[in-house]
Amino acid sequence: MDAHNRWFILFTILVALLLAVMPLPLEWLWFRPAFCALLVIFWTIRMPQSLGVGFAWLVGIAQDLVTGSTLGAHALSLSVVAYFSLLTYQRTRAFNPAQQLMWVFVLVGINQLLGNWVHSLAGKTVPGLTFLWPALTTALLWPVVTPWLQSIASRLRVR
Amino acid sequence: MAAALILINLYTDWLDPLKERAANLAAPFYWITGTPGRVGDWAGEQLRSREELAEENSRLKHQVMLLEQQTQLLAAVRAENTQLKELMNSAESVDQKVLVAQVIGVSPDPLEHVLIIDKGRNDGVRQGTAIMDASGLLGQVVEAGDISSRVLLITDASHALPVQVLRNSVRAVAEGTGDLYRLKLRHLANTSDIREGDLLLSSGLGGRFPAGYPVGEVISVRRDPGRAFADVDVQPRGQMNRSRFVLAVIVDQG
Repeated sequence: MDAHNRWFILFTILVALLLAVMPLPLEWLWFRPAFCALLVIFWTIRMPQSLGVGFAWLVGIAQDLVTGSTLGAHALSLSVVAYFSLLTYQRTRAFNPAQQLMWVFVLVGINQLLGNWVHSLAGKTVPGLTFLWPALTTALLWPVVTPWLQSIASRLRVR
Repeated sequence: MAAALILINLYTDWLDPLKERAANLAAPFYWITGTPGRVGDWAGEQLRSREELAEENSRLKHQVMLLEQQTQLLAAVRAENTQLKELMNSAESVDQKVLVAQVIGVSPDPLEHVLIIDKGRNDGVRQGTAIMDASGLLGQVVEAGDISSRVLLITDASHALPVQVLRNSVRAVAEGTGDLYRLKLRHLANTSDIREGDLLLSSGLGGRFPAGYPVGEVISVRRDPGRAFADVDVQPRGQMNRSRFVLAVIVDQG
């Protein structure tokens, strides 16, 4: 299969990176959705043949570089997310929106868990389960964002 | 591979040059996300009425006059100070250059207090350069890129700096708590002479920060006879999350 309109993938990733560093009020910082994780899940489900763990790793490294976090933290967590998403993409496609939402929550939860693990290696501790908030917001964002992305990607025939 | 990178990054400094290079790459992102704020500022400037501007102008003129008067005094005091220091044969004070920088972003990670400023190596900012605002010390540069750098605030949980009480020169170490409005003094004996309202200055020990800049004010002292050290809370002087323009104090090592 020929690559077609791949620039759109890059474009969405760039937008996600922008959103990832967008300044937010202090109280909202904990609730910032993990936009990059959302996109990695979306694209691996849509194009599992061509986008995989390597793609997720590159997105993760880009996010690490842009946000200035520990190099490799997002690369690791997004790779793992992509791996699980690839394992289950056939089922995920067949899920109804509510099931999808729940599954995205679990996947992003894994992402946050690994991120939190790296944080604690660096000696930063989080009170309780607050690190899971982005998983919830991302999951709630999923049914809003994906139909959009889906329709644009179909119109552009991104392959 | 990612796990290996994490470990290398956390436990060695091999990747530091790479990360500083990456800061250049990240700067445009912060610049773009800062655009709405800048547009707002610009609009605010443009839409200000004439009276407001005139009023601000006169207020600033008054302020300049007051400050100039104070500098005059300062010049005399500085001359006297140099003279006294020469009499005592103490080391000469180093020359300091101050550079105005704009805050272009904050770290997206809620666990670290990091600002991104628009000055870097090209302007003389180095790792360790002290950053302050008009009212006090803010932090230090931890990664200097060519055109931007990352500033670790003194309130970050991993930050500590040596301070001195203005009143009686008691030395202590002020540690960040992860709370933007609070510092803590570490290992200060129960019997040490410190009270609420004391002003803390940077002591210059440790060589990172220049001496004599205001750090914060003691807001509470709790002495528990059962424990060896007093609990001292300090409110930082610098406006941690409000400063848009900051000053980089570049020490000229000659």
